[in-house]
Amino acid sequence: MNALPRAAELGLIGCHVCGLVCRDAHAAAGAAQVVACPRCGVALHRRKPASYSRTWALLIAAFIMYIPANVVPIMRTASLNDVDDNTIISGVVELWKNGSPDLAIIVFAASIVVPMLKFLALGTLLVSSRRGSNWARQQRAGLYRLVELVGYWSMLDVFVVSLLTALVRFSVLSRVEPLPGVIYFGLTVVLTMLASMSFDPRLIWDGRDTDD
Amino acid sequence: MGTTSEALIVCEHCDTVHQRLALSRGEVARCARCGKVLQRHYRLSTNAMLALIVTALIVFVQANMWPIVMLGLSGQHNSATLWGVIIAMWREDAGIVSVLVAATLFFLPLLKMLQLGWLLWFARQGRRAPGFVPMMVGLHYLNPWTMSEVFVLGALVAIVKAHAYFDVTPEPGIYAYAALTVLITVFAGIDVRQLWRTPGVAA
Repeated sequence: MNALPRAAELGLIGCHVCGLVCRDAHAAAGAAQVVACPRCGVALHRRKPASYSRTWALLIAAFIMYIPANVVPIMRTASLNDVDDNTIISGVVELWKNGSPDLAIIVFAASIVVPMLKFLALGTLLVSSRRGSNWARQQRAGLYRLVELVGYWSMLDVFVVSLLTALVRFSVLSRVEPLPGVIYFGLTVVLTMLASMSFDPRLIWDGRDTDD
Repeated sequence: MGTTSEALIVCEHCDTVHQRLALSRGEVARCARCGKVLQRHYRLSTNAMLALIVTALIVFVQANMWPIVMLGLSGQHNSATLWGVIIAMWREDAGIVSVLVAATLFFLPLLKMLQLGWLLWFARQGRRAPGFVPMMVGLHYLNPWTMSEVFVLGALVAIVKAHAYFDVTPEPGIYAYAALTVLITVFAGIDVRQLWRTPGVAA
């Protein structure tokens, strides 16, 4: 036997909600049967169900939303003599010029780098795991942990636009309004979060060579 | 072993089976295959965690009631609370964003703190709270959707952006939010799952 036995090889399942280690009763109950965790009552699965197709579907949906999120302006600043529409990237540029370059870098990371990282990382993980590749497994596992850790910080720009909308309400003198881009961007963030949740990182290690 | 085992841990990220260890102060157990954290040693007692949650709830109420920032332009002044933000987005035809903000910054964090407080209040007396199982399952699912710490950074960015055109005055709400972020960071490290195994609480 392998020095690092895996639960599936030993006929065990770790409950994904409460963590309890259970004997896999699927074989005895029949494969189609739902077997519930004796402690928390949630259905036990050896792997997250339909992980590849769900993750692909959510990731593609997120990418479709991501295009208008970047092209369509997210915010309109209207004052007496001028109307200015900002996209995500022009907002970063403006912050760099007028405010603080440090914060501009943070916003750039949260709004541009993190979503791109999620598309590339999850795409890479899906393709390499499907092929049963044993390339850089440790690093791919680390990549998944990174995606899970930083994913929700992309909501930053959505909160900035919301707060400015509520604050900048000086009738004709100056107003900020949200534009549809911010809705697409919010949906992108939610969909990428759902995509990374539906990916099962155990698939990274399920390839042909399980020994390392 | 019977049908379940408390002596084993299965790594959630790679399915490797490990023996549960007795950790001492400051120790962290990582998976030998993929490096995911399996166990941490918790310094906080049930009492300390409950105190932390109650503090966080009080600060949360303040963060939501007090205005966050005030802007001034030619003698006019405007300030906003979190609910002001939610209502403003709703009126500006960004209903989806309004719902997202309300869920991730108000309803889900509130629900999380109330549930944790309830569970810990009973755990402190060595009892299992009514509704223990559905609440523990619920906490697992709502955990990734609370975003107060992102909002604090967002408020900072909004202040810097507005500073170029307006007089910006931070209001008490922003400090309450900053304090809330510190508290959230402290209890983000707590794995609620340990309650499943707390003596008297575990079935």
